[in-house]
Amino acid sequence: MAEEAKTQEEKPQDKRPLVSRVPVKDKEMLDLLLADRGVTYYEEMKKFPVDTEAFKKTLDASCKSRIRTWLKICAHCGMCADTCFFYLANDRDPKQVPSYKIQSTLGEIVKRNGDVDTDFMINCMDTAWGKCTCCNRCGMYCPHGIDMGVMFGYTRGLCFSQGFVPHEMKIGSGMHWIFNAQMDVTVEDYVETCEWMVEENEEYYPGLTIPVDKVGADIMYVVNAREPKHYPQDLAVAAILFHLAGESWTVPSKGWEGTSLAMFAGDWACCKQQVENVYAAMERLKVKRYVGTECGHQHRATITEGPYWAGRKSGDPPVPGLHYVEWVLEALETGKLKLDPAKKIKEPCTLQDPCNYVRNHGLTDVTRKIMSYIAEDFREMSPNREHNFCCGGGGGMNGIGRYRKERNIGLKVKRDQILATGTKFVVSACHNCWDAIRDLEEVYKIGIKWSFLKPILLEMVIVPDHLKPKEEEEGANE
Amino acid sequence: MVAIYEFVRGPLALISFAVFFVGCIYRIIWYVKGLDWRLDRVAYSTQRSLGIKGAIRSLFHWLLPLNRTTVNHPIFMGATYLFHLCLIIAPLFLVAHVVLIEESWNISWITIPDPIPDYMAMVVIAVGVFFLLRRLTNPDVKIITDGSDYLVLAIAVAPFITGILAYHQIFDNQLMTILHILAGEIMLIAIPFTKLCHFVLFFCSRIQLGMDYGIKRGGAHGRGIAW
Repeated sequence: MAEEAKTQEEKPQDKRPLVSRVPVKDKEMLDLLLADRGVTYYEEMKKFPVDTEAFKKTLDASCKSRIRTWLKICAHCGMCADTCFFYLANDRDPKQVPSYKIQSTLGEIVKRNGDVDTDFMINCMDTAWGKCTCCNRCGMYCPHGIDMGVMFGYTRGLCFSQGFVPHEMKIGSGMHWIFNAQMDVTVEDYVETCEWMVEENEEYYPGLTIPVDKVGADIMYVVNAREPKHYPQDLAVAAILFHLAGESWTVPSKGWEGTSLAMFAGDWACCKQQVENVYAAMERLKVKRYVGTECGHQHRATITEGPYWAGRKSGDPPVPGLHYVEWVLEALETGKLKLDPAKKIKEPCTLQDPCNYVRNHGLTDVTRKIMSYIAEDFREMSPNREHNFCCGGGGGMNGIGRYRKERNIGLKVKRDQILATGTKFVVSACHNCWDAIRDLEEVYKIGIKWSFLKPILLEMVIVPDHLKPKEEEEGANE
Repeated sequence: MVAIYEFVRGPLALISFAVFFVGCIYRIIWYVKGLDWRLDRVAYSTQRSLGIKGAIRSLFHWLLPLNRTTVNHPIFMGATYLFHLCLIIAPLFLVAHVVLIEESWNISWITIPDPIPDYMAMVVIAVGVFFLLRRLTNPDVKIITDGSDYLVLAIAVAPFITGILAYHQIFDNQLMTILHILAGEIMLIAIPFTKLCHFVLFFCSRIQLGMDYGIKRGGAHGRGIAW
């Protein structure tokens, strides 16, 4: 309390407003928002007016027949209710029926042609980010083919354009505008981290390199900013596995980050800038293929949706884009990576299907085939594959403090799915899912472990003789 | 009464058929013209074969009860399939209707022998009552129900109620026949303007989502997803 009063005193009268209709594009504003932690931000929002004229224009330009038809022909049949994990986790609360959530927000906006007020927009924000993770599961079950996840993605864009966006999402898109990354990691920081990781590991893996900006490599590897920032070992393991597989690969300096919090924020202009950076790197380095790290939304942003933001009519990125799991399976099937079968996971384990590359990019069987290489007793969750439930933390949900309570309630569905498998080990090749599963263990304490694929693979991989450290080789000769 | 009958059976019928056909065609054109590969983020034109495959998949799995929603909700979905089937087949192949059309415009087609459309009309009414009760009692449906839902249900079922009454000569036959024709005409006119536009937009929406899944969301991968 005292601290809060002090900060208020210190602030000059003409301080910059924290809530605005424009994205954060300067460091000063970003720092103000970061320092605020959302307190003043949400207070300001309560008084922030809706620009109804601009709203009408945005709707005219962007709300076309697909969305208008979806809103109009919704038969109000309720078939979407039990497809939504929030509905199930909230004891079948009718207010969590996807159709209700979209009709009471976007439906009203369209009906009133943007003539809505501040309270209405705050409710829209709380629904679009706090009651929907844009997992798109409901769309698969609607008899009319109405995808409410797509519509909430669109609604997020409308909210963003009017300034009604959760604090962390505003910061997230700001980070992308300023750093071309979801966190404050610069190109220099990234390249240094790569060098550091090589230094740390080359002793054990002679010849290990992380080639930066190597022109003409087969693979351009792109990461999630969390990795260099908080889990640099992940980058090291990726390098080791490429090294052991004998791949010709590179990481770009500029364009190294593939995620897009801008996508979660609904800041479409920023999405375009972000993905064009990665595409420019593909073209600059003339690589054959792209491989992204174990991140779901990175794949969605850079490979699935990205081409459209970048205005690529083919719907494809400049070079074929693989999710990490696709590269792993290829390396296992072609024998580039050989695993020691004796080191297979013995205990029963299960697999989390991330919405962003399973339901939304069809990679349903890739991870299952990988499981057959690494696990002796793999057990499916139910439902699974494209029918799987969101981890509970997707769409930016994990990162938004305002909806922590809602998120934790939502996690119950994943908790029960995991418990029903009878396993204590969850493999998750997605940062968001990984976080959600970690948090569900923290909240509900069901005694599980969880892991990305990389550490598991490193544990099991057979190091080819010519890549083993010299000392060991000499020792073996003696 | 005769004059009214002549009017609803003659010019009004023509007008309602015209509104229905023009309105439906307009809806389809409006829908297709409103598609935008950048806004929808689907490469409709450059990935045509994947798109067509996805569209066919989507229609096939949903025009037939070959989808997870039917597995999860067999009673509701079963009733819905039956409702639509009867609602379309009964009036289209009823002997009396085909004869009327033949008298007016000299075209005709096959018919279904008489008691069957009668039973089908009863099915439409029974399922309509089921829909109504479900709207009034199921909290998940109640919360999303508004006036228009009751209105379109009434518009859809009214021709079948009046049809049965006219067919069985209950109440004044001529009045019932006029009311029945009127109810049918109201339905035809309402289709392009109300939620009943799903008569055509259902196909548009399913094809679009099928293309979305076929082109962008993994249609090129593995076994593909039907939705």
